[in-house]
Amino acid sequence: MFRQISVFLENKRGKLAEVTGVLADNNIDMWAISIADTTNFGILRIIVDQPEKAVKVLRYAGYTVSTTKVLAVEVPDRPGGLHRVLKILSDEGVSIEYLYSFVRRPAERALILFKVDRLDDAVDILKRAGINVLTNDQVYNL
Amino acid sequence: MYWDKANECMDREQLRALQSHRLIETVQRVYHNVPYYRQRMQELGIVPEDIKGIEDLHKLPFTTKQDLRDNYPYGLFAVPLSEIVRIHASSGTTGKPTVVGYTRKDIVTWSELMARTLVSGGTHKDSVIQIAYGYGLFTGGLGVHYGAERIGASVIPVSGGNTKRQIMIMKDFGTTVLACTPSYALYIAETIQEMGIKREELKLEYGIFGAEPWSEAMRKEIEEKMQISAIDIYGLSEVIGPGVASECQCKNGLHIFEDHFIPEIIDPETGEVLSEGKEGELVFTTITKEGLPVIRYRTRDISSLDYEPCSCGRTHVRMKKVLGRTDDMIIIRGVNVFPSQIESILMEIGETEPHYLLVVDRVGNLDSLEVWVEVSNKLFSDEVRRLEDLNRRIANEIQSTLGLSVKVRLVEPKTIERSEGKAKRVIDRRKL
Repeated sequence: MFRQISVFLENKRGKLAEVTGVLADNNIDMWAISIADTTNFGILRIIVDQPEKAVKVLRYAGYTVSTTKVLAVEVPDRPGGLHRVLKILSDEGVSIEYLYSFVRRPAERALILFKVDRLDDAVDILKRAGINVLTNDQVYNL
Repeated sequence: MYWDKANECMDREQLRALQSHRLIETVQRVYHNVPYYRQRMQELGIVPEDIKGIEDLHKLPFTTKQDLRDNYPYGLFAVPLSEIVRIHASSGTTGKPTVVGYTRKDIVTWSELMARTLVSGGTHKDSVIQIAYGYGLFTGGLGVHYGAERIGASVIPVSGGNTKRQIMIMKDFGTTVLACTPSYALYIAETIQEMGIKREELKLEYGIFGAEPWSEAMRKEIEEKMQISAIDIYGLSEVIGPGVASECQCKNGLHIFEDHFIPEIIDPETGEVLSEGKEGELVFTTITKEGLPVIRYRTRDISSLDYEPCSCGRTHVRMKKVLGRTDDMIIIRGVNVFPSQIESILMEIGETEPHYLLVVDRVGNLDSLEVWVEVSNKLFSDEVRRLEDLNRRIANEIQSTLGLSVKVRLVEPKTIERSEGKAKRVIDRRKL
């Protein structure tokens, strides 16, 4: 499981660059990034190497920040790879709020992040189906 | 706890006699010493002898802020400048400031009334009071200062601004009472949290907050965040400054110091005096002031008067907490809107810190109201759906309360300008 950092952003020119600037200045490495946008605002979701430090520096810079637990799942990078995982979760009645993928990834495999409603159940379900759910260290060492 | 039990708990019949006596004297004085009042009374065909007591108050003309401006700077003073020992002025956001003057006796009166205010709010001689109201021409800082010294509290005259320094002083000097505007109090509370200072490091017990309207919900927020008891005080420089009325520990309306000021509630449109309990514009006549007595001064503040006895034992009438002003009221598509109404709604929705701004505009012929709300860490969610729900809920609540459709915009923290004095809640872009 990973600690995702979410940042509230107004939908305005230059806003995203301000945030990435804060992270760059503090030497924080981003492993995954996604943005949900609406007309007026957006939510930046990131996975970083130093989540605690990132929360601290972003809050200090005046941003609204929260952290959420998300699943990092390894899927084969071939047709039907993601489908298999989704099917399992769907069959077990786990709802997915959103998903996005890692920037950093091993060869021939894709790393997908899931925000689901029943996190602990989902981990068990996927493990039982032989699907690799990653930890922080595993990604760090890629 | 009382400062001046004899006056604060005076029998109402006796009080009325005192008011009548002092009113008659005041009318005599302004008629003979202030050409403006003499002229206004002559226009209405009244002479001082027509005012035989408080029952004749309604015969007298109103005084407005504009009248003070028209007689800028000293035209309404009732004594020669040589008798004036202090001059204050209200912020002149529109045009010239209004200038007020105090004689030596006025300063004594003011100090006494502020002593009453502070004592009824929980201050005593062992208190350490940090005065974060602005010092200078504004009456807030020096008004509280003199009252606090009068009761023998330890006064820290830090004035407004420099919030981190305020908090350092609060912590290091062992402040027990904070006096400032409620919006600044909330800003200080937020900064305390940001700085990571623990509540145990502070000795704060009471907050004496005034100079702008604030809702019950905002009181709750301040009390919870700072873990203090927050007291509302009321005043305006034209009447005397702070020290016109103050809450007691019952926090159920503000006792008006009626042995010095006679309150009335009028219909702001017609000027007609409204019956007891009705909501309308608050009007004051000063009956002990020497430098600048005012006759039926229209405050523009909306309130009502409650003559029921208060359980604190004070007999003075209670005015309802001011929740709006006739002049910061905005009219949108014919609906009267007070920023404080929106504030209450935001607070009720829960956990919304009241950092908001009302932006009024006119597109074509239609007024539009946009409500900007800062998204706090508590309100924020990583899911778009929840933020959109929040947005909708705020808009729906406002619509059902005010009967007005509004556009809600969630904005980043610190987007809305912070105030260290009176908060700015409305931007009106309409060109009328």
